[in-house]
Amino acid sequence: MKTVAKTGNEAMAYAMKQINPDVVAAYPITPATEVVQIFSNYVADGEVDTEFVAVESEHSALSACVGASIAGGRVMTSTSSQGLALMHEILYIAAGNRLPIVIALVNRSLSAPINIHCDHSDTMGSREAGWMHLYCANSQEAYDSLIIALKTAEATAVPAIVSTDAFILSHAMERLEVLEDSDVQNFIGEYRPRFSALDLENPKTYGPLDLQDYFFEHKRAQIDDFSKVLDAYDKAAKDYAELSGRYYPALEEYKTEDADVAIFAAGSTADTAKEVVDDLRDQGRKVGLVRMRMWRPLPVEQIKKALTKFKAVAVMDRSDTMADFGGPVFLETRGMLYDSEEKPLITDYVYGLGGRNIKLTDIARVYDDIEQVAKAGKIEKLITYLGVRGEE
Amino acid sequence: MSMKFDKLMTWKELPAGCLIDEPSTSLRFKTGDWRSMRPVWDSEKCIHCLFCWISCPDSAIKVENEKITGIDYNYCKGCGICASICPPKASAIEMIREEK
Amino acid sequence: MQQYFEVRWHGRGGQGAKTAALLFGEAAMETGKYIQAFPEYGPERTGAPVKAYNRLSDGPIRIHTQVTDPDVVVVLDASLLESINVTEGLKKGGAILVNTQEKAEVIKKKLGVTDAKVAVVDATKIAVEILKRNVPNTVMLGAMVKVTGALEWDSALASIEAKLSEKFRGRKEIIEGNVKAIKKAYDEVEVA
Repeated sequence: MKTVAKTGNEAMAYAMKQINPDVVAAYPITPATEVVQIFSNYVADGEVDTEFVAVESEHSALSACVGASIAGGRVMTSTSSQGLALMHEILYIAAGNRLPIVIALVNRSLSAPINIHCDHSDTMGSREAGWMHLYCANSQEAYDSLIIALKTAEATAVPAIVSTDAFILSHAMERLEVLEDSDVQNFIGEYRPRFSALDLENPKTYGPLDLQDYFFEHKRAQIDDFSKVLDAYDKAAKDYAELSGRYYPALEEYKTEDADVAIFAAGSTADTAKEVVDDLRDQGRKVGLVRMRMWRPLPVEQIKKALTKFKAVAVMDRSDTMADFGGPVFLETRGMLYDSEEKPLITDYVYGLGGRNIKLTDIARVYDDIEQVAKAGKIEKLITYLGVRGEE
Repeated sequence: MSMKFDKLMTWKELPAGCLIDEPSTSLRFKTGDWRSMRPVWDSEKCIHCLFCWISCPDSAIKVENEKITGIDYNYCKGCGICASICPPKASAIEMIREEK
Repeated sequence: MQQYFEVRWHGRGGQGAKTAALLFGEAAMETGKYIQAFPEYGPERTGAPVKAYNRLSDGPIRIHTQVTDPDVVVVLDASLLESINVTEGLKKGGAILVNTQEKAEVIKKKLGVTDAKVAVVDATKIAVEILKRNVPNTVMLGAMVKVTGALEWDSALASIEAKLSEKFRGRKEIIEGNVKAIKKAYDEVEVA
């Protein structure tokens, strides 16, 4: 283990180097360009054995990844925002074919208006494609998560997206610890695909037409496989903790034991919110934080267990559903708690769209609000757009 | 896991991924009963040019030692390509109605 | 609450504000600190005003927001003083370091700073003289280390030299020139 200074992009590229995938097919897009640019340097310098495929679009990038994965390779790529949107149809094809491809992604808002900064609308828009999603809070976690995600993906044949917040993490240099190459290789092990198109002794048909008589059965089986991801993830995360000393649960709780109210948030904002929690705790206020790290599959039972102990919860959504009913995390969280006898009052804060800075005082204001909700026992305002001009 | 064709499988019986995990399963699907017209091959007239063999979309022209030996009615769908491609001077394949 | 040491760098696109922040961050890490170094990205254009930041601490850093109340502001180009409010949010008792030909007292008066240290160094002159180019960013690091006292000088210099060696592999004159310029800025910085 050694201490290094790396940006989120450098950290992800470094993890990819240590993973040494068989194939990386990618197309550059701000702010994820550096991931593959740095990785292509590793390829050029002979530090990896990877076949690097430069393509002409993200659609082609993931298509090439699908081909390489069907051929039995360990496959990774990287993208962001519009790039993920262009990959959208192939996301479903990779997942349906059970191809454990891993994407190092940078969360960036989707056009229009055109913007290069952070929000979560890109991955939230792909959350039904059958990929595991992990949202990272810092560069250390981005590095660690790629390795854990690859292990989980290959164990379950479910592809994975690991994401960082655009610029806030992707371009921010932080101090982190990296493992030795050999430790990473031992942890991920040799990839043994369930099938391979290059297995000439056992020819198979890949991706045949599947109509009314079988499509539903195939989807049902895929959903069932997806349900096994949580356990596989937890095992991989625990094994990784033994190796690195860093444990990343699917859902993280911070100072929630005796808390009356909590924020439920993801990404770098959740890390920042811990600072606010400490500050408010110093003032004697019983506040906590629940960090959503994995949003596909949903750690439903963990979320229920975590959130039902509070009087009030504020969900912080870095994207909107355009349903006139708040963000996706809010909607799904409310749905999960519907059957719980004891449940908190839940409000939603849509924030940070297009990279709008979220200040410590903004987060403290959310805690002020939910303490008020808890005290009054009712919600005055269900959905708040936080930090946008024209709103109170 | 091997594929079953005699009955529809449940989702629990399917191999993982939407793949067919053994080759040549099309052999088990006999499409001969899709025919409304049947090609009849005349061995006397045939010049063994193999035009029908190369054109048949269902690989239903039977060949041994580079000579046509007949038509595989298990798979022939009666499209008539063989009859239309057969050189007019030979006219070795005639389409007749399946209706009895 | 955890104590942070925060820096805001002002420069123009192409002057190396981001590189300076990265080098300063890495040098700080070598001395055992936890660090962040990040630019504020917009449309990148040569000559346009740009900002970059550092956040240093003795423990792991969890905040991922822009720096709004810096302990230190570094201005790589004095012409920015006309158009940008460089002292915005500067902490009481903090410091602002400017690359200028003027005396520290003059800049202090110009900025209207009363409760923070003002330091000046002619980094452009040093850069042109030693490096033969107007690249004030690394030069300013020398003055920066001296003014803030945030880092131990020898280890900071060694770290910067190591990073420059990595960046300019084999180009000895550039590496040595930078080190010489950094030392000169360290010696020449003037505080008011």
